[in-house]
Parts: sequence; C-alpha cells; structure tokens
Amino acid sequence: MKITEQIIDKHGLKPEEYQSIKKLLKREPNLLELGIFSAMWNEHCSYKSSRIHLKKLPTKGKQVIQGPGENAGVIDIGDDDAIVFKIESHNHPSYIEPYQGAATGVGGILRDVFTMGARPIALLNSIHFGDPKHPKTKSLLNGVVSGIGGYGNCIGIPTVAGETKFNETYNENILVNAMAVGHAKKNKIFYSKAKGLNKSVVYVGSKTGRDGIHGASMASAEFDENSEEKKPTVQVGDPFTEKLLMEACLELMKDNSIISIQDMGAAGLTSSSVEMASKGSLGLELELNKVPCREDNMTPYEMMLSESQERMLIILEDGKEKKAKKIFDKWDLDFVVIGKTTNTNKLTLKFNNKVVGEIPIEALASKAPIYSRKWIKKKPCKNTIELKNLKKIKIEDALIKILSSPNHSNKTWVTNQYDQMVMCDTVQRSGSDAAIIRIHNKDKAIAVSVDSSANYCKSYPLTGGKQIVCENWRNLITVGAKPLAITNCLNFGNPENQEVMGEFAECLEGIKEACEFLNYPVVSGNVSFYNGTNKKNIFPTPVIGGVGLIKKLSKPLNHSFKETNSSLLLIGKTFGHLEQSCFLKENYSIDEGMPPEINLLNEKNNGENLLKLIDKNLILSSHDVSSGGLITALSEMSISSGYGAKILKPKKLTNLIKYLFGEDQARYIIEIKKNNSTKVEKILKDNDIYYENIGYTQRDFFEIESELKINVKDLFKINNEWYNTY
Amino acid sequence: MKSSVIVFPGSNCDRDIAVALEKMQFKNQMVWHKDTKLPKSDLIVIPGGFSYGDYLRSGAIAGKSLIIDEVIKAANSGCLVLGICNGFQILTETGLLKGTLLRNKNLKFINKDVQIKTLNNETKFTNKYKKDQILKINIAHNEGNFFTDTKHLDELKKENLIAFKYCDENGNENQEANPNGSLENIAGILNAKKNILGMMPHPERMVDDIISNEDGINLFSSLLN
Repeated sequence: MKITEQIIDKHGLKPEEYQSIKKLLKREPNLLELGIFSAMWNEHCSYKSSRIHLKKLPTKGKQVIQGPGENAGVIDIGDDDAIVFKIESHNHPSYIEPYQGAATGVGGILRDVFTMGARPIALLNSIHFGDPKHPKTKSLLNGVVSGIGGYGNCIGIPTVAGETKFNETYNENILVNAMAVGHAKKNKIFYSKAKGLNKSVVYVGSKTGRDGIHGASMASAEFDENSEEKKPTVQVGDPFTEKLLMEACLELMKDNSIISIQDMGAAGLTSSSVEMASKGSLGLELELNKVPCREDNMTPYEMMLSESQERMLIILEDGKEKKAKKIFDKWDLDFVVIGKTTNTNKLTLKFNNKVVGEIPIEALASKAPIYSRKWIKKKPCKNTIELKNLKKIKIEDALIKILSSPNHSNKTWVTNQYDQMVMCDTVQRSGSDAAIIRIHNKDKAIAVSVDSSANYCKSYPLTGGKQIVCENWRNLITVGAKPLAITNCLNFGNPENQEVMGEFAECLEGIKEACEFLNYPVVSGNVSFYNGTNKKNIFPTPVIGGVGLIKKLSKPLNHSFKETNSSLLLIGKTFGHLEQSCFLKENYSIDEGMPPEINLLNEKNNGENLLKLIDKNLILSSHDVSSGGLITALSEMSISSGYGAKILKPKKLTNLIKYLFGEDQARYIIEIKKNNSTKVEKILKDNDIYYENIGYTQRDFFEIESELKINVKDLFKINNEWYNTY
Repeated sequence: MKSSVIVFPGSNCDRDIAVALEKMQFKNQMVWHKDTKLPKSDLIVIPGGFSYGDYLRSGAIAGKSLIIDEVIKAANSGCLVLGICNGFQILTETGLLKGTLLRNKNLKFINKDVQIKTLNNETKFTNKYKKDQILKINIAHNEGNFFTDTKHLDELKKENLIAFKYCDENGNENQEANPNGSLENIAGILNAKKNILGMMPHPERMVDDIISNEDGINLFSSLLN
C-alpha cells in the first residue's frame, strides 16, 4: 500500500514528522512500520512536548529507589519494604465509554505496579466531571464510578481514597486518573530493561484482539463532534483475567526466572517491546504468527497496535521456560515464546516466515521528536474582590450553600461503590484527609492522598502548582504520616496552544519549587495533553498523588472530633484571602483574582511541627484547612463525628466573612485535650509557629459566637443530600 | 480445629479469611479449586471474591468446579461449612443452601458497615453471641439481595434457620436498615442440619480493632467452642 498524505494524517503524524521517519529509516516505511511510528511518536507515549519541562522536576532523595522512567516509582519505607506507585490518566477513553474507559484505567495502572514485583495494596482516583446540569454528566459519573468499582472490587484491591469534582470546563472532556500503590521487598524489584542475547521473549496473559487499536493516538488528539466514532479504540477490561495474571506474575517473581518484564499498556506489543529493547540497548525479533489472537486473520498491523488488556511481555533467563509455563498453566493463562533478544538494535517483525517490518530501536525511542514548544507566561490578575460591593449574605446561608454543593457534598454515594476493606489492612477509609493502609503483618503503615486545584492552577499556574503539592503534603501530615514522595498526573489542553503550554510550564515550575523545598520528590507520573473539544481547552489540572509513612501505627488519626470540651487550635495565619475561593464561586459565581499565596517556609515549619505533636500523642484530631476555609473545615470535623463545636470570634477581627471563608494556606485545625494546652502551645511557640485558640468542642451544636448555631444532625443532612437526589 | 479455605480463580478474600482463622488458632490450609481431594477438615470455608469472574452468574461456575463435589460430600456427612459473600452465592448454586442472591435493589455494588442481629445463637457458628446481639459488620457485594420461595421462608422461620438479619442500631429490622433489598432483611441462613452457614456480611473483616472492630471474632470462637 502506498503511504499517502491522508494515511499519514490519519496516523496523527505531522508531514515534517513523516520526513524524519524517512530519514531515520533511509526509505519509505510500510504501513505496519508507519503504524508503529505513530504509536511510539504520539504525545501519549513519547512525551514530546513535555519532556524538556519534566526534566526539571526533582526526582531524587534518600527515600527514592526508582524515579520516573520505569513502570512505576519506588520508594524506601524502611526495613526491607518498598512502596511502588504511580498515577495515570484514562481521560479520553472514559469520555467515549465511561465504564470500560475507567475500568481499564484501573487495570492499566495496577499492571504498572505489579510488573515491578509489588503486590498492589491500594487504589486511588481523581475524577473530574462537567457541570452537573450538563446532559452527559450524570451518565458519565455513573459509568466512571461503576467502572472504577467494577475493576477494583473484582480484582480485590481496596479503593481507599480519591476526589470527585465538577466544573463546566470538563463538560466535553472528563478526567479519570487512577493511582495504584503496591508493596514489594526492597531487593525484589523488577525492571523493564532487557539484558543478554538470544533470551526468550515471552507473551503472557490475555489473547490479542482488535480492541484499542490506536488508543494511544486517540489520547493524543483533541475531541470534535465525531468523537463518538472513536468507540472501537476503547479497550475492554477483564479484571478476572488481570487477577489471574497478577497472581501468576507474583508467583513467578518469587525466584530468579525473570530478566525483565513490561506490561502491554498504551500501544500494546509495540511499546512494551521497544521499551525493553531500548533500555537494554538491544534488538528484539518477534514472530507474529505466535502471538495468541482472539480473532481470526489478524494482521501484523493489528497485532502490533492492539491495546487488548491484561497482557505482559517477559524476558526469561535461559532454562526457566518450563517452570514459568507451569505457573501460567496453573492460572489458565497463555504463555508463548514469541521472540528473542538480538544484537541488531532493531525491532524485527516476522510473519509467515518473512520480515514484514524492521525499525532501528533508537528511531522509535531516543530519536523520537522532542519539541520545545512556545509558551506564554501568565500575567498576574490585579483584580481583588471587595466584599462591600457584593450583596450581603448571612454566614449560615453561605455555609449551607458550600456544604450542599456538588463539590463539597459528602461522597459516600461514590465511595460506597468501592470495596475499601478487602485485604483487611485499610486502617483509615476514604472521607478523611488521607487514607491509611497498614503494611501486611507489620505495625507500620502508609498514608495516601490525591489532590488537585484546577481553579487555582487556571488563575495563576505557578502558585497553583505549588499549592497542590502543599495541600497533598498537608493531607498526609494530618493523619500522622511523614510525606515521602509523589506521583503526578498532568492533565492539560492542547500543547500547541501557547497559553496551554504556558500553563503547563508554570504549573510544573510550581510543583518543582514546592517538591524541592519540602524534599518531596516526584518518582513517577503521566502527562495527558489534548484535553479539550473543538479548541476549548480544559483548566490546567495537575493531580498529585502522595505517599507518606507512619512508622509505628498505634491509634490512627483522622479529622473527626473525638470528644466534647477539648480545645481547638488553628495553626497558621489567616489573612482572609477570598479570591478564587469556594465562597465566592458558590455564592456569587465569581472566579476572578489570584489564588492564595504559598509560603513554603511556613508550610514546612507548620507541617513538620504538627507531625511532632502527633508523634508525642498530643493530638485528638486534625484537619487541613483548604477549599471553603476555616468554617467549612470545622463543619467537616463536626459532621464526620457528630460532635459540635463553639468557635469564638477573634479579638482583632477585620472581617468575619474573610476570617471564616478565606482560603489562606499552610493552616491546620487541631483538637487537643484541654489539659495538654500548655504543653502544645509551648511547642508551637518554641518553633515560631503562628496559632490561635479558636474555641472548643461541645455536644450537638455547631456554633460561631453570636452568629450561627446549627444542630450537627442538620449539617449532616445538608452535606449528604446532593448525591442522593442527583 | 482444622480448617480448609477453598481458593477459586478470582477469590479475593481468601487471604483475609486465612489471616482471621490463623489469628483464632485454627490449623488452616488453602485448597486449590483444581484439587480433587479435600484434606481432613472440621471446617470448610468458601471465601468472598469473584470466583471465575462471576461470569454467567455469581457463583455459578464455582458451583460446578472440581473441588466442589468434595465440599458437597463433606457437607452432607456433617462437616461444618461457612460461605461468606461469594461463598454464600456459591453455596446456593450447589444447592447446599436453598434460595438465591439477586442483584442489590439499588443496582449498585455496596461496601459499608451495617448492623446485623443474631437471630439464632444456638448454632455451631453463633453460640458465643447473645440472642439478638447486634453486630456491626462490613458488607461488600453486588448480589446480596436474598430471595426464596414462601415454603422455604416458612421453613427458615419455623426451624430457626435464619442466623442473621440486617437491622438498625437499635435492632429494628426495617427497610431503611436493609442495604440490598433482602427478603425480610435476611443476611445469613443455615441449612436444615445447621452445619452450613451462608452469610453476605464479612466477619473476617471484623477481627482487628485497628482496622474496624472485633464483632466478627465470636463467630470463629463459636466454632472452636
């Protein structure tokens, strides 16, 4: 078949990219080769627009065993334990087919984790939908939530934390980001780098079908009115097979049979084989007739580009085939030697005893295009909001509006659809600032949380980038965990748009600054560009997934008040920053102005010292103050516990609305026993930490001195209505 | 006491139940579904999960697996059998327990802690509980909506074969406290000889204070009694 301009365009390749391909091959590619280039050179697999920016992120630290570049990041949590984790997007498929899109998102990220020798112990997700009033939102929400649950519940890994958000910016392009966390032995981590000549390349798992062909290319283009037609590019998930594959792989990993292993994710057999060969500076020869196929008459093109799920590629040590096959037979999975490693540095594909494609590995990997795209710096918005110009509002009404809004409503409608308890190590389930997972058979635990702040990132990406890292770090601190490292999922619009590229560059700069300052390195991640429809780009939405360590798990800490008549302290200074606040958005539909400033010095000092107080057993409950401000955070502590609180007005007060609803950063609320006050306050003073005594807990009523008094049961009702009536 | 946990492809609460049994000093072993011989056991547990992916119908394929013939033989000769969640579904598929488990009334997977009441505390499985004792136990299922015919329901009541019912915190068996639409709030039933218990709630998730509570412990200590 002659390669025409039309065919090149259909493969998502630019004319100049096609010229580079010809140069690298020193000839015209055939259709199979063109397909392989398109799979490897698209944005999703090549990171061609993001790579130069990603390089700036801090990725090292004493706690880091493996940073970005492998299937997942690996960190050291002491003893012989390691935690393996990563987050990944499945936005485009989930919009087209919400159940399967979300399900296979979970399946894909799980494979990334167990490929490295880790048993997955927790799943998290960050899902963003359009305006609840948009006609598609309800079915997308239903589909995505049941897809996430459907996969995780069946495979038997608890889904323990996440966020569900709504904003009209996602009307035509929802976000589905899934994170998986696994536990491995430090000296038993498996990598994808191929080693040795003439080693067997083994295909294991499900058979290859015609599903998901060009999935990665789809994820690298904007949507338009014909997006529905892309349904066949969405893969279909089978969590049952993945469970078998996981158990079989983990069983095989017990000894030293495996040289390298790589899951077949985006761009399937193509990217897995190229990845292994390029890391090992080797060649790979595959006999495509041996690939287990689900359907008849599949062509090499289809086999190489299929994104059928639940498949792996393994390079085995000599003489281990029989033993390995026995394990896969036990689990009723395919196990076929489909090729071998070579010294040609080429990917050689044979079909019916003929070479049907041959490409130098480096042309697909290190020689793939890298773009330094133009970008524009965001100008700070000078507008400030003057409360006196706005219609007066009662504090009670404003609070009710926030607590009953889709973004702040209680999410048990979502989380009850996920098995959070299976594996019996979930110490803190979702609903708190972070989930806590015990390391099996040990008395230590990890805390995990995912966070995003798209409106902050939209209004000023540099601050927004810093803010999410800090919020994520705070969420781990409040449950008593020492934050160790993060993974990030960078959801942005079209990188060819200079404003979008600017948002990307500056969010990353913000993430970098915060991560460096907090010694909170990035160990894995994923970039998802082209989120938008018909030139309308989504808000920049970097999502941060953090992991922290609780060295000795005694009584788990969360944000629910524990008793009456204990003291409430607010750590961190309140300036009353209302721009970009949930107060203005929910009550006045105003989303102008700058996000709250980040002071990294205060973040670090406040966080680290709170952790000391927690270690000294002085804290009954703690909660970070974020979206919705102080009053929202306090009501959440009340609602989740059933206890009330009485909040006293501060003596020097400029404006109560600003005080209660302002979203200033680096703040925490802590509940302490009255007779521990002196001890706690001394530690705070000694460490130069700004704090205020704001009140105390009590029975039944949530109260702001001479302003508001609501029964906690009513607050609970207000907070629990939206999902159940949507 | 010797226990055997049957492991099907897709079982995912097998480790959890094994941990609970070992914590309670059972001598436990795992039995693979392709095995054709059952080790000598006083208790057989069919754990929760998605055996064979729950394809066709929950528990349907497991109900026809190689090892299940051995389980049926053992059960008929009086061995104690406990089926939890998917295990309960499998027991109904084998006919060892009558009735069936339909899709949850709200058509969604439900995972939460619910209250159940111990209706019959005079069985091998429940003798350490008090009569009408309320337990807080986790449920996690798609198909837990128990249904049976009138004749069987009458038998369940007359012979005191309903082990647990869903209830509220005060022990009332009302519709609000019924998470999945089960007939008469039924959460767990026994066979006529009372050596087989099938229940949707997960007692093995409730044996450790640090992750939940210890309301499930007495089910295991009853068996040891």
